[in-house]
Amino acid sequence: MIGIIASIIDGLLVGAVYGLAAMGLTLIWGVMNVINLTHGAMIVLGMFALYFLASALGLPPYGAVPVTIAVGFVFGVLVYWIAVHRVIGRAHLMSLLSTFAMNMVLVGLGTALFSTSPYNVPVPLPGVTWEGYTFTGTHIMAAILALVIAGLLYLLLYKTRIGKAIRAVADNRDAAELNGIPTTQVLSFAFGLGAALACVSGTLIATLFPFTVLSGGAYELKSFVVTVLGGLGNPAGALLGGVALGLVEGITTPFMPVSWIPIIEFILFIAALLLFPRGILAFSRA
Amino acid sequence: MPINRLVLTAVAALLTASPALAADDTLTIGFTVSRTGKLNNDSTAQMRGFELWRDELNNQGGIKVGGRQYKVNFVSYDDESVNARVQQLYTRIINQDKAQFLFSPYSSGLVATAAIVSEQYGRIMLTTGAAEEKTYKLGNKNLFQVYSSADLYLAGAIAAVKELNPKSQVALVYKDDPFSKAVLQSARKQAGEAGLRTVLDEAYSPETTDFGPVINKIISAKADVLLGGGHYPDGATLARQIYDHKAGLKWVTLLVAPDSPNFATLGDAAVGVTVPSQWEPQVSFKPDFGPTAADFAQRFHAKYGIEPGYHAAGGYTAGLILQRAIEQAGSPEQAKVAAVLNSMDVTTMFGRTKFSTDPKEHGLQTGHEMVIAQWQKKGGALFKEVIWPKTAKTSDIIY
Amino acid sequence: MSVQQSSDALTQVVATRNQERHGLIVNIFRQPFTWLIAFAGVVFAVLPVWGDNVQLRESLLLAAVYVTLASNLNIILGYAGYVNFGNIVFFGLGGYVCIYLVSEWQWPLAAAALIAGVSVSLLALLFGLGILRLRGAFFALATIGVNEAIKAFVSNFEPWGGAAGIYLSLDVYEPLGGPGQALWIVYFLIVAAMTVSLFLSYAIKSSKFGLGLLAIGENEDAAAVLGINTPRYKALAYSISAFLPAIVGGLYFFKTGIIEPGGAFDLTRSIEAIVMVMLGGIGSVTGAAVGAFLYEELRGVLLTTEAFSHFQLVIAGLLLLGIVLFAPGGLMGFVYRRWPRTRRLLQ
Repeated sequence: MIGIIASIIDGLLVGAVYGLAAMGLTLIWGVMNVINLTHGAMIVLGMFALYFLASALGLPPYGAVPVTIAVGFVFGVLVYWIAVHRVIGRAHLMSLLSTFAMNMVLVGLGTALFSTSPYNVPVPLPGVTWEGYTFTGTHIMAAILALVIAGLLYLLLYKTRIGKAIRAVADNRDAAELNGIPTTQVLSFAFGLGAALACVSGTLIATLFPFTVLSGGAYELKSFVVTVLGGLGNPAGALLGGVALGLVEGITTPFMPVSWIPIIEFILFIAALLLFPRGILAFSRA
Repeated sequence: MPINRLVLTAVAALLTASPALAADDTLTIGFTVSRTGKLNNDSTAQMRGFELWRDELNNQGGIKVGGRQYKVNFVSYDDESVNARVQQLYTRIINQDKAQFLFSPYSSGLVATAAIVSEQYGRIMLTTGAAEEKTYKLGNKNLFQVYSSADLYLAGAIAAVKELNPKSQVALVYKDDPFSKAVLQSARKQAGEAGLRTVLDEAYSPETTDFGPVINKIISAKADVLLGGGHYPDGATLARQIYDHKAGLKWVTLLVAPDSPNFATLGDAAVGVTVPSQWEPQVSFKPDFGPTAADFAQRFHAKYGIEPGYHAAGGYTAGLILQRAIEQAGSPEQAKVAAVLNSMDVTTMFGRTKFSTDPKEHGLQTGHEMVIAQWQKKGGALFKEVIWPKTAKTSDIIY
Repeated sequence: MSVQQSSDALTQVVATRNQERHGLIVNIFRQPFTWLIAFAGVVFAVLPVWGDNVQLRESLLLAAVYVTLASNLNIILGYAGYVNFGNIVFFGLGGYVCIYLVSEWQWPLAAAALIAGVSVSLLALLFGLGILRLRGAFFALATIGVNEAIKAFVSNFEPWGGAAGIYLSLDVYEPLGGPGQALWIVYFLIVAAMTVSLFLSYAIKSSKFGLGLLAIGENEDAAAVLGINTPRYKALAYSISAFLPAIVGGLYFFKTGIIEPGGAFDLTRSIEAIVMVMLGGIGSVTGAAVGAFLYEELRGVLLTTEAFSHFQLVIAGLLLLGIVLFAPGGLMGFVYRRWPRTRRLLQ
């Protein structure tokens, strides 16, 4: 019994980070109806950013977090102008392919520079032990930071002018344009924001596990699952969806071989797509 | 398209130039190395073994065959630790680079793939870094295994554990790949025969970086012995996370990973971890030819600045064996060399080497034995000591 | 793209009228394009034999595999407009079924491959009926989900070797006359499958079924209103597009001698098939073939030249980006616009 509780708590902790990762994806989707397939590359960017800042420059690991947010934002804006701007109005296939192409370019460059060998950033942080089970300090810290950043995002979206502009453009781009909002700048800002979220979640993940240039793919898939669970375009939903996914992983792990978990996740994914296109939380717009 | 053509012409030019380099006095040996990807740690060690052998050999003038001397030339590519590349590259090595002999890639999975190609085209391949037996049971004629096979890996650990505490509760947690699965299949049986209780038996996907869930299960199952792991990245991560989670294990044996000198970077997490090893620098076999273990370790250290693990030793030995076979055959012809290899029964610094000639398991290594090494802290620094079998040990077991 | 589709539609109307007069098959044999396809197949078959060039055979084999994947993908992607991101799942499943039958049940290769094709098509029909209800991006994501779910499932499925996969014993080559000869036979079978794929996608395009698919791709709701049974058409297209890739998957993994989940359900390869279709020109039979061939040759060269091997992905990505941003009609789109007469000739 205690084992199950420990497993659930672990799941919730990691789930918060999944949620953070998915928030970036769902924000972009909600605002401009584009599925950002560079999401994985942004996550990896965050991972390597941590590696360089912490190992090469000797920055304390959590001090790297604000830096990666900035780095992610800049990259996001770049990707927007290169790959997304021209294809925004067009058929879905086009934006899917253009962001995917950008992803190939970024991952390819990463592979050329860093190869597919594993990297690791050791973060010594004392954990919390309870009844024989230890919750590593890094897990706890990552979850806390994820919630803090999510909170900051909420403040940004609902308490600032730029946040209001983003929500206006998401709601109806033409109306926003007519009201004098420079929609293109807002869109590129929103894209940068989404990328920044992905990037910082990568940094947090890197404090937990080792990674390679190719690690982004797995987390991108998890982000898709979470986004669909939480409802597209709804960042709060993404956070909850992430925690829900973590919960599912936590509950099922004690009862079945760990390698079966991905099957459950993808069946959940397909089921969610078919049955709840608006997200299980159904607060949002499909 | 014009760029395509330019590149193609360049490649064609290079290819037509190379036969001129492969003159009568060189022997070409081909293989792939995992220079990148998850297997790069151990594969690089293996490659260094190959290269040390080649450099020493060429310095002495080459292989002496029937009155002539052949220098050895390597053709190697990066297989990126991926099966698909191995296939393409070995096909290229055989058909385009015209290698006469082959070394295997590192790791049983990749070797199985390479073996298909080498058998399809009928070339001799010395396999090293490959312990899984199934590859040799598929009806091959040209494979020769240098390592001991997988079923022997955990036998020693199980015997040691039984001696220390016959009431141990054993958790088997291993990577879901051909090598680890093969080892654990035998281990499962051996543990049962030794009367040890298995409380957990799970394979994890090779992509796993989060061992938290599995470790929690180990704790829940109240295991005090852990046997398993896979290769370097997952083994190292597992060791580290076990330490972080304070899993309370009395005995940990992980495959492959702890043998690498890099394992020491884990610091305290490495202390007490044991590894089944094909070879350690401290062994004292009397070789029929080639250097002793101590000589080899010293020369390796001189060239690369680190201690050799068994992967490097295996690579070097593969070279030694091939060299001996060609010298004794008196010619580099496939059939003659294969005949010598089939009848070989020699001892090198690696141990005894004898290949099975039973067509159902051709090439399987039947002479070699394994040892167990453990990381221990002496005076603040970490060292690898041999702790089993008792006849070969250099230090006592930490339990 | 809309203008092109309209004139294509007109061509289709003429074709269907002709067809109603003479019957589809007979009419197709009158078209020069059919003979072009046959010629391509013959060239593929003969070229490596002449000179006993094994290296060429290896590279053409890969090209033929990709042409098959691309031209079948065209049916659901190019004609009906549904982005099947997970198209590689047909290839992988076909491979597994065939290898399993050959290694566990000692079936002859041809029979095993055929059964692989049929069974995967039926499975595709089943899955398709479920996920084809989704539109646009949702469908695309669902196909990824299907691929990943099946990959995860197969990784745990012990009768199929789990995550380690199945290794073929070397004596499976004996019934085909030994490994050397077997490799040639497999090559010819793959070339045959490629030729049939091209022919199939051409035949569909010229038929009433194809017209329906194109209408769905143009505007699905309008097509439904006009009386086209869209669910049935889509499911059939999805299922048909699975048949030959599954067969080729079986043949390819037989030649490889080993199949494991990572290599069988490789999402990157799936995306590359989409790149090929886009590169060549979406909706065009010649386009799919040309795109696949060019892309595979480029990839082969990049992989083996040490300087570029790390940049293979970058170059492929830049290529795709360029096409999407500046030339969405692909190579054939450019050709059709420049030389309009080719539109009828090189479908």
